Amino acid sequence: MKSSVIIFPGSNCDRDMDVALKKFGFKNQMIWHNDQSIPKSDLIVLPGGFSYGDYLRCGSIASKSNIIKSVIDFANSGGLVLGICNGFQILTETGLLPGILQQNKYLNFICKNVYVKVKDKKNKYFNNIKKDILKLHIAHNEGNYFCSKDEIKSLEDNNQIAVTYCDPKGLENDEYNPNGALKNIAGIFNKNKNVLGMMPHPERMIDRYLSGEDGSLFFENLLGNLK
Amino acid sequence: MKIKVIVTLKNGVLDPQGKAIQQTLNGMNFDKVSDVRQGKFFEIEVKENDESKAKSLVDDMCKKLLANLVIEDYQIV
Repeated sequence: MKSSVIIFPGSNCDRDMDVALKKFGFKNQMIWHNDQSIPKSDLIVLPGGFSYGDYLRCGSIASKSNIIKSVIDFANSGGLVLGICNGFQILTETGLLPGILQQNKYLNFICKNVYVKVKDKKNKYFNNIKKDILKLHIAHNEGNYFCSKDEIKSLEDNNQIAVTYCDPKGLENDEYNPNGALKNIAGIFNKNKNVLGMMPHPERMIDRYLSGEDGSLFFENLLGNLK
Repeated sequence: MKIKVIVTLKNGVLDPQGKAIQQTLNGMNFDKVSDVRQGKFFEIEVKENDESKAKSLVDDMCKKLLANLVIEDYQIV
């Protein structure tokens, strides 16, 4: 299975993602933002980081870069596109996902482990994961998800909410909402569920000795669906 | 021709930076400050002599890049 990780100037989770994808059996290739096309892939990943220095708005400049048209075409043809952290911000700026990631409610950069609840399993990202609550890592300054009332209704009606911040038992409340995100949203799908954007970093949870292995579940499941 | 644009958060959208600035101002004894909204200001040099054409170009830029209309409004001044 082939995957492509797009590198923007300022991306800094691209190599972690490369390591994670290869660990679980993907043949991964790294693609530079200025390239015009993406080699044949089963999965495209927009990694975390600070593309273009977060100028203007996080992800806004990357969403107009040369490579993005290929990503959008790939997504619109049903290809799997995964955006993590800054990748999620880029996906909202391209319009592939609705809403926007605003600055965290309490103005601090948050770097810690969190629990997220898997809200939908009828998709290729989470379908065969047995656990309902995953322990993942977040590191961001702009993760406060916001969208209009119509959009949130549409996200809920179409089961497009992928993961939400919760307590260790799965209860979604303000106390366990690290950044003020609307409805504790940590990740969402597009309508067809081939595009997933989420703030937590599964690529940081793939080693039992260093962190945890709930990210491993995510990649194993994804690979299992593409075989 | 130079066109100026102000981008601000829409009414009702939480502006934590504006709030922090307001609280700091209050802490500095500017007691009369009751609210602060923070925004962005752009000066755009456009190679166009016709003002309305220049503004219409900038309007397009605002919609496509300078403002995110989910949370922001823009004003061409």
